[in-house]
Amino acid sequence: MTKSELVAAVAEAREDLTRKHAELVVNTIFDSMKEALQGGDRIEIRGFGSFQVRERASRMGRNPKTGEAVAIAEKRVPFFKVGKELRERVNGGVDPEGS
Amino acid sequence: MTKADIIEAVYEQIGFSKKEAAEVVELVFETMKDTLADGEKIKISGFGNFVVRPKRARTGRNPQTGEQITISARRVLTFKPSQVLKDSLNEG
Repeated sequence: MTKSELVAAVAEAREDLTRKHAELVVNTIFDSMKEALQGGDRIEIRGFGSFQVRERASRMGRNPKTGEAVAIAEKRVPFFKVGKELRERVNGGVDPEGS
Repeated sequence: MTKADIIEAVYEQIGFSKKEAAEVVELVFETMKDTLADGEKIKISGFGNFVVRPKRARTGRNPQTGEQITISARRVLTFKPSQVLKDSLNEG
């Protein structure tokens, strides 16, 4: 499913919602999430999961072509942790972490 | 940031009532969950891809006791952030 397919599915599920509005909503959701992460904010969507920014320290790497050592600067990376409800649902209704 | 903040952003951005904004935001996440529960991936350009992957059973260890345990086969959800999102976290 692409973003435009998500927009279409959402517009179809609600008669009072135009495709244009559905698109605006979907874009606003992901834009606001992106802004939160840019600000270093953690995002928690109950039942879906949480997003946070993790810091990666600088390290020495290697150019795989030449074997030359290169310095890799420290950076921030987005990290997603799936929520319990969704973790169960993608696994056919069984929580793989519960026993 | 929680879902309430996202609803607020949608409310301010679009002329919806608070109730409508909440319902539609809820609908977007429910639609995504239904899709992923079916094993279908979701690609949000500029943000990232959510992909359901099968994992084979493997042997692991209880890190506290050192005891060997079997980790059952399962399907897990992974998120691969887009290059745009990764770059946007490292600007400036």
